[in-house]
Amino acid sequence: MIPIQINHLKKAFAGTQAVNDISFAVHQGEIFGLIGPDGAGKTTTIRILVSLLTADAGQVLFKGRAVHKNMAFVRSQIGYMPQRFSLYQDLSVEENMHFFGDLFKVTRYEQKERMQRLFSFSNLEPFRKRRAAALSGGMKQKLALSCMLMHDPEVVVLDEPTYGVDPVSRNEFWNILKMLSEQGTSILVTTAYMDEAELCNRVGLIFKGRLLAHDEPQKLTNHFDHPLYLIDSDQSNKLYDALQQTPFAGDCHLFGEGIHLTDRQKRGMHAVRTILDEQKIDYRSIKPITPDMEDLFLELMQDAKN
Amino acid sequence: MSKVLLSIIRKEFWHIMRDPQTLTIIILMPVVMLFLFGYAITLDMKEIDTIIIDQSKTPQSRQFIEQIVATDFFQLVAVDINPDRIETYFQQRKARCALIIPNDFGRAVQKQPATGLQLLVDASDPNAANYIHKYFTQQVFRYNQSINDISIIPFQVESRMLYNPNLRSAYFFVPGLIAVILLLISALLTSIAIVREKELGTMEQILVSPVHPFQIIVGKAIPYTVLGFLDSLIILIVARFWFDVPMEGSIVLLGMALILYILTGLSFGLLISTVTHSQRLAMMAALLSTILPTIMLSGFIFPIKSMPVLFQWISNIIPATHFLQIIRGIMLKGIGFMELYSQMGYLVLLAVLLIALSVKKFSKTLE
Amino acid sequence: MTSNTFSVETENLTRKFGSFTAVDSVTFRVKPGEIFGFLGANGAGKTTTIRMLCGLLLPTTGDARVAGLNVYTDSEGIKQRIGYMSQKFSLYEDLTVRENVQFYGGVYGLNRRAIKTRTEELLTYLQLQDKADALTRELPLGWKQKMALSSAMLHDPPIIFLDEPTSGVDPASRRDFWLLIYQLAAEGKTVFVTTHFMDEAEYCHRLSIMRDGKIVELDSPEALKQQYNAVSMQDVFLKVVDRGAHE
Repeated sequence: MIPIQINHLKKAFAGTQAVNDISFAVHQGEIFGLIGPDGAGKTTTIRILVSLLTADAGQVLFKGRAVHKNMAFVRSQIGYMPQRFSLYQDLSVEENMHFFGDLFKVTRYEQKERMQRLFSFSNLEPFRKRRAAALSGGMKQKLALSCMLMHDPEVVVLDEPTYGVDPVSRNEFWNILKMLSEQGTSILVTTAYMDEAELCNRVGLIFKGRLLAHDEPQKLTNHFDHPLYLIDSDQSNKLYDALQQTPFAGDCHLFGEGIHLTDRQKRGMHAVRTILDEQKIDYRSIKPITPDMEDLFLELMQDAKN
Repeated sequence: MSKVLLSIIRKEFWHIMRDPQTLTIIILMPVVMLFLFGYAITLDMKEIDTIIIDQSKTPQSRQFIEQIVATDFFQLVAVDINPDRIETYFQQRKARCALIIPNDFGRAVQKQPATGLQLLVDASDPNAANYIHKYFTQQVFRYNQSINDISIIPFQVESRMLYNPNLRSAYFFVPGLIAVILLLISALLTSIAIVREKELGTMEQILVSPVHPFQIIVGKAIPYTVLGFLDSLIILIVARFWFDVPMEGSIVLLGMALILYILTGLSFGLLISTVTHSQRLAMMAALLSTILPTIMLSGFIFPIKSMPVLFQWISNIIPATHFLQIIRGIMLKGIGFMELYSQMGYLVLLAVLLIALSVKKFSKTLE
Repeated sequence: MTSNTFSVETENLTRKFGSFTAVDSVTFRVKPGEIFGFLGANGAGKTTTIRMLCGLLLPTTGDARVAGLNVYTDSEGIKQRIGYMSQKFSLYEDLTVRENVQFYGGVYGLNRRAIKTRTEELLTYLQLQDKADALTRELPLGWKQKMALSSAMLHDPPIIFLDEPTSGVDPASRRDFWLLIYQLAAEGKTVFVTTHFMDEAEYCHRLSIMRDGKIVELDSPEALKQQYNAVSMQDVFLKVVDRGAHE
């Protein structure tokens, strides 16, 4: 049975099409990442999936059952961690976890066992008596995840769990997700960080309510079918401004290490170089690179606009 | 006025206009409260459920019963029931008093010695029982006068009720209610004004600008003063034309007093807002600290002079006490500024003090 | 500290909350026109440092000068000379775009005409003319962030503090935002920025990495990558923090 299946989902709020014909599936034991900026439709999709919102059109199946007709089933079987999920700040780590265990009618004996198992990968054991309010951002997210796992759900849905979390804690959080999926848990996770795509088994890129593409991360970047060059210089922004006067205006994007230039006409690096020299562009080096998720996203956004 | 202050005031107005739901509540709540309280709180007693047991059955007793039933004070619920059942009536709250006319009544009123009528009153509400007893005594007195033409009473007190000749308690209560409602509303309005921005995070943005706390406090107070004044006008209209409360004095003077009073309420709300950290706490604090003292200690219901000394002191501090004297004075007695300047002066003093305190307490940092 | 050629200079700047030292003896100097990045794990002390420099918190000990003014004695003067855009979205969602700009203009004491011209300039620059009377909450986040930055710049301050300005913003808008930052720096303004996007960190001229309230690294992105023999700032960051865990 496929854990999550979404077909042609649509949802509008006050005239704005928040989700516009989205289809994808999450398979047993995989991490599926729904990646896109704020306002892309990630949260709406997830809220429909966990039966907190109803769809305007389309089919949403959880373990083969229609979500809106099996609300109690969905809610008892799914582990859901909402966006900016706030714990009970005045309760301790332990108390928070017990509360969520009780909520799902987990016996105290099982709770004890699960708590030990969860502590083993969250490393929160030393802080079990600490109030949630006194935890760091990364620890709070781990606690939220642990609370959600107290009833041992087979399917887990997380809405931007790493929002505003520093890279180290994010790394740690993803390691936990990886462990879970290896134990057979199916995971749907949303994020605005493109670099987290590589940590998923499959990803869907979502923007303005539309799913631009979905596939395994490595295969996805193959969708990017133009040569891509990195142009390096001392001052990326000056280079970027200068490039706006060349035929490559609109095909250049600012990146940390320099400018990514998309060779849309497939002129080849030599030809590109010649043009840059003709235009008296000052740069240090140019080399071909393989596109990453951010390149692809920028490309797909541009396609979506046209 | 400084540009900074102006732009804060304008912004607050924008916020108020953008939220029509809250605005509706602010406008309607006082009227609804006035109606609720206006009808729920009243000392006027009417249609007291009464049992009459006439054991004498004489023309004299019938005449007496007729006289009593003719007033709208007593309402007959049972006649000539078995006296044993009176208690049942009382327990079921079907009657609040029972009159037993003894069988020698007819003879007794014509001859000496005087006879006794028995009046049983449910005194679980002592005030009401007292009132029933007094009213009944009056009726007996009237009846005695009507049958004994020769008055042997050496002197009589002839009272004239001034300012409220019919002793309508609405006259007394409605101005008091205005005091309670306006203070509650104005304190509530501003109690969340600053703490809301703390919660939203916009306060941080304002704090890094060179705005002085005085400008923030006053900029928040002014728009709500306008709103509060609007509220008080609506309340006054309802009081005047629905509850028929007279307006003997100067409406301009009353308007000025209202603005002063609203300003003290708003300043108090702002003070709460500067020292609290959540909207919930601020609202609770505003509710508790305005409504209770105003109802209990301002002379609204209970006379100040009969309170313990400590409460009398508190009573002198709270703005409602002074405002009550002003509004009752102007509306019912028609007195002017010369009689009220000390009360008005106190309100000014209090508003200034509260605003100064808010400015002082307003934290310019995020400590 | 005698020189006034630095926009921001701190010496042993320290802030304690009770027994917890949030910022621990931090010393650095930033020149005009520099884009200065602040990196660090959550709770490492970035926000506390920025708040002290903005006059939102008083230091416990140490010295700091912003635009040549002492943070202890001249916080009002500093506020006139800085722009600040906080982590939390700092515009009023229930006001229109134009009203927000007008309000912040007013707060900084700009006169009516200046507010009007600056508002129009800004709206044109951000291409928001047709959205000027829409409620702010209806704008996409990318636009909001650009607007928040512009509002914080209405009084033309020489120093700008940006606390995680691009969280959740789409990749294209993030680039627009950074081009805006570059432009400001080119005009000679000093830009302080914190971010969790490590690729964005590389846009900065210099970076400081904080750990447990201390600045543990301070250099240009290239130098840091070389020093840690890393391909990206993400690598550098993980190595720096990891080293902290083993110390």
